[in-house]
Parts: sequence; structure tokens; C-alpha cells
Amino acid sequence: MPLLSQISALANPTRFLSLVKVLVPVLTVLTLILFAVGMVMVARSPADYQQGETVRIMYLHVPAAWLAMFTYGIMTVAALGTLVWRHPLADVAAKAAAPIGAAFTFISLFTGSLWGRPMWGTWWEWDARLTSVLVLFIMYLGLIALWRTIEDPVTAARAAAVLILVGSINLPIIKFSVDWWNTLHQPASVFRMGGPTIDPSMLWPLLIMAVAFTTLMLTLHLLAMRNEILRRRIRALGLMAAGDAR
Amino acid sequence: MIDTLGPYAGFILASYAATAGVVLALIVWIIVDHARLSRQLSSLEQRGIRRRSARSAATLTERTDTP
Repeated sequence: MPLLSQISALANPTRFLSLVKVLVPVLTVLTLILFAVGMVMVARSPADYQQGETVRIMYLHVPAAWLAMFTYGIMTVAALGTLVWRHPLADVAAKAAAPIGAAFTFISLFTGSLWGRPMWGTWWEWDARLTSVLVLFIMYLGLIALWRTIEDPVTAARAAAVLILVGSINLPIIKFSVDWWNTLHQPASVFRMGGPTIDPSMLWPLLIMAVAFTTLMLTLHLLAMRNEILRRRIRALGLMAAGDAR
Repeated sequence: MIDTLGPYAGFILASYAATAGVVLALIVWIIVDHARLSRQLSSLEQRGIRRRSARSAATLTERTDTP
């Protein structure tokens, strides 16, 4: 079956819920295994020659930062799905992803601050990378507030989709902020031209933790989407009951 | 354990504790939300308020059950 037809088939929420029932247990087991392996590798990884043991914060901070952006990327695709294809699950996907993205952005900011204090001598610096990630966090909170404020789901979906697309300009700014401006934050050391600059003894635990965080995010996203479908079903039934009562 | 993490052990442990706390809070929120929504949905269904597709499926079952 072509990819577009497969995506269209998932437009049926009942079919999507059946898929969630199958995928969630598999993803949960995979996430637990990956975290177990990742944490053992983190415990065995060496201290950095400059940063010492504080480098262990990297194994949380970097995956959380990647996922803060990845989740917003998912929301951007979903926003296109809402505005261009009017896919019934597109807004469900975007709305369900927002609190998860906000949580990962918060983890990234918080652990970054805890890493920055001993290494840079400051909890916070208003430089391009830190500020653009803070803007991402505020965007997430703004979107959550927008969905809660507008009662009609169709109006809320369109308004949120437009705001998500406008906010997606921030993603390349976050990524390239360390190259475009002077900053305390180190430049990219994994996804860069010329390959990673991190030693394999630290790179592998980092990559395993990143995959573990990604499967965790996908599991939580599917579960949050399931909740959102139920929420919309309850709303529709409530309206139907009110209509019957008239 | 704390000794092996060096002079900044507090910062490292606080990072791991905060991450675990946020992830756990997310998981609990999703589970509690699901339980609440499932309760609301089944209460509506008990009152006979069903989706059209569920209603037609129920009618079809009743018709098939009738001898």
C-alpha cells in the first residue's frame, strides 16, 4: 500500500486506537531495555578530561534538547496536516505533543543550567542558544494555552497550526545559533560536517540514551493522542446528548 | 557513589532526579487523564449515549440475535 494511503487509513481514529494498543507495549519494553542499557553505559563511561564527572549531565541534557526540537518538528508536520490535508488526527497529534515537548524543553533548560553553573560559572546567560531554547519553551506553553482558550476544536486547530508554523522558524535558529553568534554554548559535536568530535566511549552511551528518550517520547505521544481522541469523543457525545435533550 | 562523582555530585544528581521527576510526572498525568476519560466515556455509554457507528453496530447485533 502506498505511504499516503496508509496515512489516510489512519485517519480513522478507531483504527488508530487499535494500532496504539499494539504499538505501546512493544515501545514500552523497548524503552525500558534501552534505558537500562544506556544507564549501564553511562555509569561505565569515563569522566571528561576537562569537565570531569559533570559530563554525565550531557547524557540527559543533549537527548532532551534534541527531543525538544524533534517534538516541535512533529508538531510542524502535524500543523501542515491540519492546514493542507485536513487530516482528522493531525491536530490530535500536535495537541498531544505540546506538553511532552514542553517537558523535554524544561529538562533541557534545567539540566543545562545545572551543568552551566560549575562549568561556566553561571546558571544562565542571555546568549543566542539559551535564549532561543527559552523561546521554544514559551512557544510550547503559549500553544497549550491557545488550545485551552478556544473552545471550538476546529478553530483552535487552525489557530494553533498557524502559530506552530510561525514558531518553526525558531528551529533552525536554535540549531545554528552556536555558529551564527558568539555564545558560551559549545558548537555541535555530534551532527556536524566531518563527523562527531566526541570520543566513542562517550558517543555510544549518548546515542543509546538519545534513542531511549526518543522511544519514550513516541510512547508518551501515542498515549497522549489516545487520550485526546477519547476527550473529543466525550465532547461529541456530550453535544449529541444535549441535541437529543432539546 | 557521591564521592566518585567528585565535587559537583550535587549538580549531577539533581539533573538525574529532576529528569526522572519530570518524566514520572508526565507518565502519571497521562495515566490519570486516561482513567478519568475512560470513566466519563463509559458513564455516557451507560446512559445510552453512543456514537452513531457504535449504535448501528449494537442495532445490528440485536437484529442478528432476534430469532
